[in-house]
Amino acid sequence: MTSVEQRLAAVNVAVALVALFGGVLTGLFQALEYAGVEIYPSLAPVIRSHYHSLTIHGVLNVLVFTTFFICGFVPFILSRSLQAPLASARLGWLTFWLMVAGLVLAAIPLVGNAATVMFTFYPPLKAHWAFYIGLTLVVVATWLVTVNLVLTWRAWRARNPGRRTPLAAFMALVTFAMWTIASVGLAAEMLVLLIPWSLGLVGGTDALLARTLFWFTGHPIVYFWLLPAYLSWYTLVPRQAGGKLFSDPMARTSFILFLILSTPIGIHHQYTDPGIHQGWKLLHALLTFAVFFPSLLTFFNVTASLETAGRARGATGWLNWFGKLPWGDPSVAAQVLAMVLFAFGGIGGLINASFNVNMVVHNTAYIVGHLHLTVGTAVALTFMGITYWLVPHLAGRALWSRGLALAQVWLWFGGMLIFSPTLHELGLRGMPRRTAIGHVSYMQPQWKTLLPLVGIGGAILFLSALLYFLNMALTVTASRRAPQPALEFADTVSGPVHAPAFVDRWQPWLAVAIVLIVVAYGPTIIRLAATTPLTTPGLRVW
Amino acid sequence: MATGRPSTVYLWELAWILPSIALPVGMLAALAVTAFGAGINVAGDRGRVEPTKVAEHPLFKDPGVSEIAPGQYEVRMTGQIWSFAPAEIRVPAGSTVHFWATSKDLVHGLFVPRHNVNVMLLPGQIAHAQARFDTPGEYPIICHEYCGIAHHTMAGKIIVEARR
Repeated sequence: MTSVEQRLAAVNVAVALVALFGGVLTGLFQALEYAGVEIYPSLAPVIRSHYHSLTIHGVLNVLVFTTFFICGFVPFILSRSLQAPLASARLGWLTFWLMVAGLVLAAIPLVGNAATVMFTFYPPLKAHWAFYIGLTLVVVATWLVTVNLVLTWRAWRARNPGRRTPLAAFMALVTFAMWTIASVGLAAEMLVLLIPWSLGLVGGTDALLARTLFWFTGHPIVYFWLLPAYLSWYTLVPRQAGGKLFSDPMARTSFILFLILSTPIGIHHQYTDPGIHQGWKLLHALLTFAVFFPSLLTFFNVTASLETAGRARGATGWLNWFGKLPWGDPSVAAQVLAMVLFAFGGIGGLINASFNVNMVVHNTAYIVGHLHLTVGTAVALTFMGITYWLVPHLAGRALWSRGLALAQVWLWFGGMLIFSPTLHELGLRGMPRRTAIGHVSYMQPQWKTLLPLVGIGGAILFLSALLYFLNMALTVTASRRAPQPALEFADTVSGPVHAPAFVDRWQPWLAVAIVLIVVAYGPTIIRLAATTPLTTPGLRVW
Repeated sequence: MATGRPSTVYLWELAWILPSIALPVGMLAALAVTAFGAGINVAGDRGRVEPTKVAEHPLFKDPGVSEIAPGQYEVRMTGQIWSFAPAEIRVPAGSTVHFWATSKDLVHGLFVPRHNVNVMLLPGQIAHAQARFDTPGEYPIICHEYCGIAHHTMAGKIIVEARR
């Protein structure tokens, strides 16, 4: 018998993977266009343009795939970590169907080329109203996940007075608490600006106010994607690899810092926007550097945990523990390789965040290279690695092919090693992002030599994704039935008893988080909201 | 509490935490030197322009290039789907160019690679950037924000002419 949590996880992950398929397919089109292949004429009338394809790619990958996967995986983990059922199965199903309704509503104009506005949907580009309402429904539904998680945790605490919240449950709660605070910006942008405007209730909008509200959510959304990957790296991968989590106190501390620092840094996406004073931009740069600190703690702690695994498996030297990891396990291999590439994604992120240095890379292909290391590998490859145990667990069947899975994982790693550095370099050579590069009126010779590598890297990534979907489809339909082992979390070298109790107190940290947001964002948002006339008309020019 | 915690855990943690604080602090210091010492700065607040009345604004009613002082050129520029006005700028080598720009419709970008000109053109906002062009040659001005179906054709150029 499967539990409600398992069924909820299964349906959410199923939607996520369907979205990912659409996302990688359209990704292939863009990579080929860059390489000079005339792909779009043969895709008409389904895909109308490079920009139609690109919008589908972005929305499906970073909004739909991530959100559905996280809303399936994280509640499942919380429930297993607390060894308690979800507080409300009914709320769980209501949430899922609300999200599906939102997705369908948004997908109709998206697929129909009535919302070719990119996943950032900057006005005055004006999409069909259903696109905005659909996405808003998905966001609001994620708040119901938060409600369910909190109710589940409170019920557990009432039954277990004085017990420390297990680390995985703690991380699940931090992820959704952070996201709920952070998503207020996007909700405000939708409800106050975009939805009334797209419905024709108000005549105009404002680009800067909309962008500021968007990036209020748009940066922390990357932590909404990353923290569930970290949750797996901290609480599951050490055991899968045969070791222990190095330090539970340090892990908790880093998550509290993510809760506090993820949101008041979004203006680092707007360094090049006129209309915001440099002083505020500098403050957001400072706080962005501060959030680098918990990232470094995570890097250390997860690496040290892998080292315990390598040593438990017989390694004795300084570095050979890395080679001793269980590389034959595709779930471990995927996630360790995701960590390796994420180290470079983190370094690149610091460069982007560095205020005036941002002028070298902003809106160039460099950013595309960066995003494919972070969400495209650290998150996507980790989630794929998770599904290598989660899908068999949910389906009650063995993984169809371990060898195919390993090939998939290494192809993704190798494809990304070609794709991402090439895009970084093209960005440094001045090539813009979000542009049909194969058709630009200003092709530069220093771009032309590198563009075929984008096509080759993208094709390898697509091949990897095909192997992945083949394996997943055969696992749930054709693989042999085999009861899967119960989910077990990693033991620790230094456990939760060594973490000061105040780390687990919510009120002070939530208060600090909100105060920092008010300080970093309050004056700018109040000034813009108070002084900006909403007079910019919308346009649909695609 | 804290019974049985391996004492080396603290040492390893501390050995990592201290450089992890020093690194971002050091980077921030370097950044402050370039921003305040070398004066390399990002876009700031230069005021608003009513987006439906750009052509009535003194800066934008007559887009073009003027020499405002010896070696100092002012470019008054608008971006609109899918062009820059002016689309071509000629200055002698060694000139400093001050860009004043805005958008007449959608979000556009004003990007001159390798010259610290990277600023968004938002309808309603006045954007400013400045750069020095020392080497004769032709430099592209690129719109680097998606602005509709012909976005990839929105570009201009700066022609830097050798001084005679």
